[in-house]
Amino acid sequence: MTQLQINLAMKVLRTILSWAVALFLFFPLGWLVLTAFKTELQAIAVPPLLIFTPTLENFTIVQERSDYMLYAQNALITSIASTILGLMLAFPAAYSMAFFKGKHTKDILMWMLSTKMMPAVGALVPIYVIAQTVGLLDTRTALTIVFTLSNLPIMVWMLYSNFKDIPGEILEASRMDGATLWQEFRMVLLPLTMGSLASTGLLCLVFSWNEAFWALNLSAAKSGTLATLIASYSSPEGLFWAKLSAASFMAIAPIVVFGWFSQKQLVQGLTFGAVK
Amino acid sequence: MLLPQKYQASCYKNPTLVFVDDLTSAPNPDIKVKWVTLEEGVLRQRVTTDIATKGGQFDVMTIGMYETPIWGKKGWLQELKTDAAYDVDDLLPAMRNGLSVDGKLYAVPFYGESSMLMYRKDLADKAGITVKDRPTWDEVKDLAAKIHDPKNGVYGICLRGKPGWGDNMAFLSTLVNTFGGQWFDMNWKPQLESKPWKDAITFYVDLLKKYGPPGSSANSFNEILALYNEGKCGMWIDATIAASFISDPKQSKVADKVAFAQAPTMVTPKGANWLWAWSLAIPAGSQKVEAATKFVTWATSKDYINLVGKEVGWGNIPTGTRKSTYANPEFLKVAKFAAAEKVAIDSANPADSTLPKSPYVGVQFAAIPEFQAIGTTVGQQMSAALAGKSTIDAALKAGQVAADREMKKARYYK
Repeated sequence: MTQLQINLAMKVLRTILSWAVALFLFFPLGWLVLTAFKTELQAIAVPPLLIFTPTLENFTIVQERSDYMLYAQNALITSIASTILGLMLAFPAAYSMAFFKGKHTKDILMWMLSTKMMPAVGALVPIYVIAQTVGLLDTRTALTIVFTLSNLPIMVWMLYSNFKDIPGEILEASRMDGATLWQEFRMVLLPLTMGSLASTGLLCLVFSWNEAFWALNLSAAKSGTLATLIASYSSPEGLFWAKLSAASFMAIAPIVVFGWFSQKQLVQGLTFGAVK
Repeated sequence: MLLPQKYQASCYKNPTLVFVDDLTSAPNPDIKVKWVTLEEGVLRQRVTTDIATKGGQFDVMTIGMYETPIWGKKGWLQELKTDAAYDVDDLLPAMRNGLSVDGKLYAVPFYGESSMLMYRKDLADKAGITVKDRPTWDEVKDLAAKIHDPKNGVYGICLRGKPGWGDNMAFLSTLVNTFGGQWFDMNWKPQLESKPWKDAITFYVDLLKKYGPPGSSANSFNEILALYNEGKCGMWIDATIAASFISDPKQSKVADKVAFAQAPTMVTPKGANWLWAWSLAIPAGSQKVEAATKFVTWATSKDYINLVGKEVGWGNIPTGTRKSTYANPEFLKVAKFAAAEKVAIDSANPADSTLPKSPYVGVQFAAIPEFQAIGTTVGQQMSAALAGKSTIDAALKAGQVAADREMKKARYYK
């Protein structure tokens, strides 16, 4: 076999493998969409049905039973607000860590990340009691704060790994030219890091949108996000798969579309710093 | 938007129980109810967090028969005082007892259930067997053997195997009860290595291995419901609510072929069928006790049941709560399972459900806070034994060790 043939074979193999992996990853999502358009009986049919007459019945039921717009609005507000708030805190933090490294900078970074390793339920009762004491239970404010805090370590890390690739000399040069701290931020650092800011923001937006644990536990009738809407459609007795799928479909559709349009930035955000 | 004179009562509703939202507000124009619906496991965790921290997020909660006595005793729930129009004596005695502590009512039942045997009359007839009103487990095993026909996709018997204190252990606790066993003796020592447990679990594993569908260790209510509706189960012992699903021609292929009997017995009829209620309770910290009381007593009243019957259909009313429901000719006409359901509920007594005396209340559970963890751990062991991943002896031993550790930790004994 010539080198050319080997290369071609490898290419074909790679393509097949990529497709297999992609299909494998896509399958649950595809199955969810299919199930959303089935009746409850078709949803549990054995063997599973691939060909059927689609129905919109489940979407009608979900619409009737739940106030979709309220949940969607809550999800949108809390995820955008927590992302903006998070970036406002993470940007200066990452700046100081990247450009004014101290003896313990690495330790602080590791410590921040280690907070993500604690299961959220471990902090449930204290946070619940605090939220109750300050009267923030079942408010979007509480969810925004908690989402911000839980995303903050990742935001700082992502921005930090991007900032540290920027030569400090550029900032020094601007300082020599008489730039104030604010001007240094706005006119030098911001244009240089726009890409990483965008990808960090996007990723955290997706994380907040999908966050279910805190959304379920800190909300009641008013501030629930779309994740809590999904949680209301499963049942221990009775058929629910089709309705659950429809609710999930409606909950993930906006963020999937959003992700589609911004996938370039998202992928960049996930991989930068990985390759030197 | 809320008008100033309106009350607001937040409320959990269990998705299995369809409150009719339009109806709930009609006769109570001054009460505006805001619902939060959650899946059972999430609901439990959410309600527990709120009530234990006195969060005050909910003025009405849907809780089960397991939580009610524990929380009532702790003073977490408002005692419910009903008026004459509510007719509290009309509540089925088993339900009323299960939701009371020391004679004080802490929750009112919205929906109640027991467990019973649901079988395929056509298959039993073909096998030439008449199922008694209250068969024994040996008779059930015989029938399972006769109707087991896996080649044609019919399995003799379907039973829960999925691990969970509310899944396989709900059923297995009743089986152990009727085999003469109990969860804890009078000194609160777990009894998992006693003879009745061993006999019951051996019987169960053998029965399902021989005449059950493949993959039984993953089946709980919903999975078996799907199998049954497809005509794949000859018999099924589970919640009485299943009767209304499997006899509904819209979702069941065998709707016209089902018949009902009491849950099978072995050594004793005590505790052979379970008792459960989803009920409405008011947390002690509620700021809107008056409105909440008005709402819960109305949503569990005769009037509400009648209203649902008239507006939505008699097949859809919440059952298992009131004597008057089972005397209603309209309901009896559409529900051929009604008589068996009533007998099952009436025969369950949470305060006396085991042959040897037990210190706990509850038929398919022990109403102590530690039970959820114990039940689920033991459930995993039983499921593993069913799947053949461990032996019955090893599973029971592991369950006993786990239960013993948990009870010691909670200082029931040293």
